[in-house]
Amino acid sequence: MFADYSITELTSIFAMQGFAGLILFSVFVLMALGLAIIFGQMGVINMAHGEFMILGAYVTYLTSSLFAEYLPSVYGSYFFIAMIFAFIVTAALGALVEWSIIRHLYKRPLDTLLATWGLSLILQQLYRTVFGAREVGVTLPDWLMGSYALSDSIEIPINGLFVMGLTIFITVGVALMMQKSRLGKQTRAVVQNRPMAAAVGINTEKVDRMTFALGCGIAGIAGSAFTMIGSTGPTSGQLYIVDTFLVVVFGGASSLIGTVASAFTISQAQSTMEFFLSGSTAKVLTLLTVVGILMLRPQGLFSLKIRR
Amino acid sequence: MTKIQAFIGRYQLSHLLILAALLLVVMPLAMDIFRLNLVGKYLTYAFVAVGLVLCWGYGGILSLGQGVFFGLGGYCMAMFLKLEASSPEQTAIQSTPGIPDFMDWNQLTALPWFWEPFHSFGFTLLAVILIPALFAFIIAVAMFKRRVGGVYFAIITQAIAAILTILIIGQQGYTGGVNGITDLRTLHGWDIRTDSAKYILYFINAFLLIGCLFAARYIIKSKLGRLLVAMREREDRVRFSGYDVSSFKIFIYCIAAVFSAIGGAMFTLQVGFMSPSFVGIVPSIEMVIFCAVGGRLSILGAVYGTLLVNWAKTSFSESFPELWLFAMGALFIGVVMAFPNGLAGLYQTYVEPRLQRFKKSSDPALASDMDALKTAEIKPNKTKDTESAAEEYSHAGNQ
Amino acid sequence: MLETNKSIPKKDFVLSIEGLTVSFDGFKAVNDLSLYVEEQEIRVIIGPNGAGKTTVLDLICGRTKATEGSIKFKGKELTKLNEHQIVHAGVGRKFQNPSIYEDLTVFENLELSYPRGRNVWGALTFRRDAEVVAKVKEIADMIFLGDKLDMNADLLSHGQKQWLEIGMLLIQDPELLMLDEPVAGMSVSERKQTAELLQRITKDRSVLVIEHDMQFVADIADRVTVLHQGQVLSEGSMERVQSDPKVIEVYLGH
Repeated sequence: MFADYSITELTSIFAMQGFAGLILFSVFVLMALGLAIIFGQMGVINMAHGEFMILGAYVTYLTSSLFAEYLPSVYGSYFFIAMIFAFIVTAALGALVEWSIIRHLYKRPLDTLLATWGLSLILQQLYRTVFGAREVGVTLPDWLMGSYALSDSIEIPINGLFVMGLTIFITVGVALMMQKSRLGKQTRAVVQNRPMAAAVGINTEKVDRMTFALGCGIAGIAGSAFTMIGSTGPTSGQLYIVDTFLVVVFGGASSLIGTVASAFTISQAQSTMEFFLSGSTAKVLTLLTVVGILMLRPQGLFSLKIRR
Repeated sequence: MTKIQAFIGRYQLSHLLILAALLLVVMPLAMDIFRLNLVGKYLTYAFVAVGLVLCWGYGGILSLGQGVFFGLGGYCMAMFLKLEASSPEQTAIQSTPGIPDFMDWNQLTALPWFWEPFHSFGFTLLAVILIPALFAFIIAVAMFKRRVGGVYFAIITQAIAAILTILIIGQQGYTGGVNGITDLRTLHGWDIRTDSAKYILYFINAFLLIGCLFAARYIIKSKLGRLLVAMREREDRVRFSGYDVSSFKIFIYCIAAVFSAIGGAMFTLQVGFMSPSFVGIVPSIEMVIFCAVGGRLSILGAVYGTLLVNWAKTSFSESFPELWLFAMGALFIGVVMAFPNGLAGLYQTYVEPRLQRFKKSSDPALASDMDALKTAEIKPNKTKDTESAAEEYSHAGNQ
Repeated sequence: MLETNKSIPKKDFVLSIEGLTVSFDGFKAVNDLSLYVEEQEIRVIIGPNGAGKTTVLDLICGRTKATEGSIKFKGKELTKLNEHQIVHAGVGRKFQNPSIYEDLTVFENLELSYPRGRNVWGALTFRRDAEVVAKVKEIADMIFLGDKLDMNADLLSHGQKQWLEIGMLLIQDPELLMLDEPVAGMSVSERKQTAELLQRITKDRSVLVIEHDMQFVADIADRVTVLHQGQVLSEGSMERVQSDPKVIEVYLGH
């Protein structure tokens, strides 16, 4: 398959596809971060995670429309406000969902999966009713338009660069928070030994709710970032949910580094193959490889050997 | 008596016979062929739901990819029918006559090798059973031998459903792509689109389903059924009682796959096409809700649940299409949170006690029979061969 | 009882563990451990928390895989076998917390443990015949539950659940029975009954027991092994171990 291309062309192809892969990587990481927190730390499968992300995207879309309507002079900065809104709205919905559904099902993880799937159906239909079935897109501010020419044949789009920077920023932030902040420490304490955590005065119910809300909030930010590179429809979230779960499981569920590494591997593999093969074949091969590896190594790429 | 145990005892033959009568007599008499064909279509999903009762309800293995097996069964059958519908005479206008139309549209000039054996009906029937069984076996061995279960298994099966869908859609020339394999007409020259054929196919379908129900009932009532329940609660204890836990899980998963595949094949025959929209994540997880609505521990409940949800879906989609997803979503949440034992659970808590009281008061002679029936329920494993031994032991217990 | 453990026994070892090591991320829960159990011996393992007692049982029954070393049972290497194969070889294991099927009756609990129909086909065709019923009744009488066969297991008292689990092992007639704290949470009279039970069932098998209750240990043990930090600290008769200065140091020294 390489025969038709010269060496320089191949280099450019790999660079461009590599960069396209990096954008996919960013989406995966942002979505997977929230999932990894919720699944890795709480053992809860949230099938509505994609819909939380799309909620963040819709909030961003609404904010951008508001800015375009009322504050066109500062349109360039709408994104930062939108991101904060997206976080707050999705985190609040997350807390509500945890309170009303998830907390009753902690002992039944498979049932949680079904209930959150039901939630995802409801949210999808809600989006369709409110925003219509057609995809909506935001108008990028001027400073995110265009691309940066690295060489004659390699061009890097600026919005992609921005999303990547944002991803790194959020990932580091989340990692720091899980390591250093009070909530992060409390979450890990609850995960490791719930009765003991309760005994030393941690309000485990509150920690659960905060953790779940945090995971959903990060999904909201992911949705915000998603508007930079694609348009948003009611079912856009569902397209990514399986991939993202595979990313999290492949990375070893409870390790953030593992999540990032596996998102990188999967996205790069997929986008590089995409250029040479058809999109669907690339995706099938990627997913098959991941599933195959998971069958051989179910604990994922990164995991600790612990006493069962 | 705890819930699970009560459920094991629920499979009274009479309940099964009532369902059989409903499917074989009442429905064909009460409905026109259009409605009956619709019921027949729903019943093909019931195969999947019954399989899910076995592997999810009893085995604790939630598969979110049962559509894969439904689809494999359905596609095997569709390939055979398609080949019959693509004889050189019927496809004379194509640039390559004698191959299915969608292949011709996709510039294929010869039949792919894996289509060749599907000229034979015998091979097709074997393939409907064996290909899904083999596929399930490979997945199950890989996962269960390595002790992967629970949500991990659910996610992996979901991914497999996604992979197969993408593959089918992507490989249009070989699979018919997103439209699936359509325009199926005859089976050995017998036109399956006529009303009489639809009647016959409905009855074949119903008989096969009842056969699967009997098989499922046998499995549940055997020691294997109790082992599955035991495994779900105390997997380690079962393992350290000398059982190879994974082999039981592999077995039950393969059984569920075969049931689904039979349903898929019957779907193709009754509805006249097969498409990737019955393979992917969404249909697979919908089939789980059929099972959950009926009651995840009740094979008969699964059939009723499937009929009910699909009937609701059809009526909703006709009148309020946009409300259906809300209703479906609410159904998922509601069943899981409020009625984890589904219709069967409701029947057991509310209907049955009244029924028994009614029977008792109306016919005192029956009362003693009912008591006998009740004790039979508590000892679910009491089969004819063992009755004497069990009786002996219960006498000894009374002394 | 044997006076010392130094005299070379004439009987064969049923179980010989040599150089057994297991590490969890570098932490050696069991470190180069060697242990020999004779036929028809009741051996009690004691030791402070975290000494690796339960891990040793986990290693023998295949629940945890050894990093190094060998476990030979009647000349058969167990470290390479699966859990169910180890059970088939004749090793039975009782867990620390009673592990029984609470949804099933006492009878069904014992029946499921009956060693017949252990593969898929066998389980599908298993029949409750007179032989099964007789054996279940025999075991139930032995574990003081003869009149509770029809009772659901979750209605049993804690002590009765412990007995039931012992019964579930006995019905398989293992040559090595491993019990993890069999009298934990039992009343005084239940303890006495359990000690009697163990004396009775050990007639034709070896028993490996983990226990904290020193009076109970003194009642049943032929020999006692003291574990500390994954290694054998002391071994011998109860009196000998109790007077061993190293043991006193570990138990009382800090």
